[in-house]
Amino acid sequence: MRMKYVLSEVLVGLWRNVTMTIAMIITMAVSLFMLGGAGLLYQKVGDMKDLYYENVQVSIFLKPDVSPQQRDDLDAKLKSDPLVKEVTYVNKDEAYKRFQEMYQDAPDLVNAVKADQLPESFRLKLVNPEQYRDIYDQYKDTEGVDEIVDQSRLLDKVFGVLTGIQTFALAIAVFMAAAALLLVANTIQVAAYSKRREVAVMKLVGASNWFIQAPFVLEAVVAGLVGSILALTFMAVGKYVAAGGSLSALEGLITPISWSDIFLMFPIMAGVGALFSAITGWVTLRFYLRV
Amino acid sequence: MIQLEQVTKTYPKASRPSLDNVSVSIEKGEFVFFIGPSGSGKSTIIKMLLHEVSPNKGRVVVNGKDVTTMRSWKRPHFRRSIGCVFQDFRLLPNRTAYENVAFALEVIGKTKAVARRVVPEVLELVGLGGKEHRYPHELSGGEQQRVAVARAFVNRPLILLADEPTGNLDPDTSIEIMRLLDRINRTGTTVVMVTHDSNIVNQMRRRVIEIESGRIVRDQARGVYG
Repeated sequence: MRMKYVLSEVLVGLWRNVTMTIAMIITMAVSLFMLGGAGLLYQKVGDMKDLYYENVQVSIFLKPDVSPQQRDDLDAKLKSDPLVKEVTYVNKDEAYKRFQEMYQDAPDLVNAVKADQLPESFRLKLVNPEQYRDIYDQYKDTEGVDEIVDQSRLLDKVFGVLTGIQTFALAIAVFMAAAALLLVANTIQVAAYSKRREVAVMKLVGASNWFIQAPFVLEAVVAGLVGSILALTFMAVGKYVAAGGSLSALEGLITPISWSDIFLMFPIMAGVGALFSAITGWVTLRFYLRV
Repeated sequence: MIQLEQVTKTYPKASRPSLDNVSVSIEKGEFVFFIGPSGSGKSTIIKMLLHEVSPNKGRVVVNGKDVTTMRSWKRPHFRRSIGCVFQDFRLLPNRTAYENVAFALEVIGKTKAVARRVVPEVLELVGLGGKEHRYPHELSGGEQQRVAVARAFVNRPLILLADEPTGNLDPDTSIEIMRLLDRINRTGTTVVMVTHDSNIVNQMRRRVIEIESGRIVRDQARGVYG
């Protein structure tokens, strides 16, 4: 009977103040959608980093006048370096061959370059691609080294943009969350006010605190959960639209977002929505009802 | 049953204490009037017995429990042994007499079946048999106060606190409410009543404790309003 009482109070409470309830749910949904989007992006950027950095190389180009002694020293040093996973030596012929392949569509350019004009180089794979800076500092002044080029610098720019988008989404999520939680607090206050007589009697006759608070807190939790379901719907629509629409061009760059990625975000959104609503509701009650 | 030991209470920002070194002992089954002018500290005593305010100094013991050191989360359970009646009845306007009394039972975890057995009984006791399904606005002031008394008594509390229960009632109705409280007192329930009503105090001839400016100026068995 008590459970039934609590649940019916929750529904009555949400319905009594239905415009506020809708406002609360919508802001909550937008906030959670942004949060979920940021989460997805975070996940994807992680995947992409694994994928891209795995194939990324650091190239150490040697000076044209490098002596065999210097080259062998560097080779030995690189091979014993704990930061380096794999070293490949590319001599001038090899470099020229690669150059020809890369620019086979531009024969004029290929013809203009002679085989011995291309520098020898060491191609490195790093244990951790983000430790490029250490490699650079360590070898830039080594005898015979001309230039050190890191492909991952380019990727960093791409990821910089993605991280920027992610931060932006998180910022919106936080702002919307603030609005949503203020609405929760307000809704709880209105609900508590409209039930002030009941609450006074309950306190008087010794109803337990959880019993007095539960309907209000659950009201907030239900709003949070409905909000997260709505946010999930937004995401599903978003994926549906993106798959067919203009964003499909990005598919090659960004690893595709699957349905399971989206559904895996749901427990996080629902959990965050419900938990934060519950805490807000409960804190509001502490201040407002003093129960 | 109730002990106040050298209790002093000063509200924040108040220039003088509401209760100043007050000591009172009330035995089980007693019927006690607290009288005195407005602002003398009578209501503060009621609030203390309900664990609504705590004294700055001294000790308050109710039903063998030290209220002064009681943690707030124990308050709900503690309240179940105390019934309460107020001047303004405090009934729920959208519930019938029966539902008002049953509500008090259900929110402390009693089943509907228990309510169905106990509530008609107690409404009969307070003289509202046949009016169970009236709403408060369909009842007279005296009848509303009877519902309030029924609600306070339905859980068979050890103590009944009444804060000016006749303040909104005419003299004849007041007498009837007093008869009801007297009957409840005869079941062994300790009754503590705060009042301004000299007529009632004089008729009842029970223990009278008079308070003035936070001090007890008179404590008299079988007293009058004076």
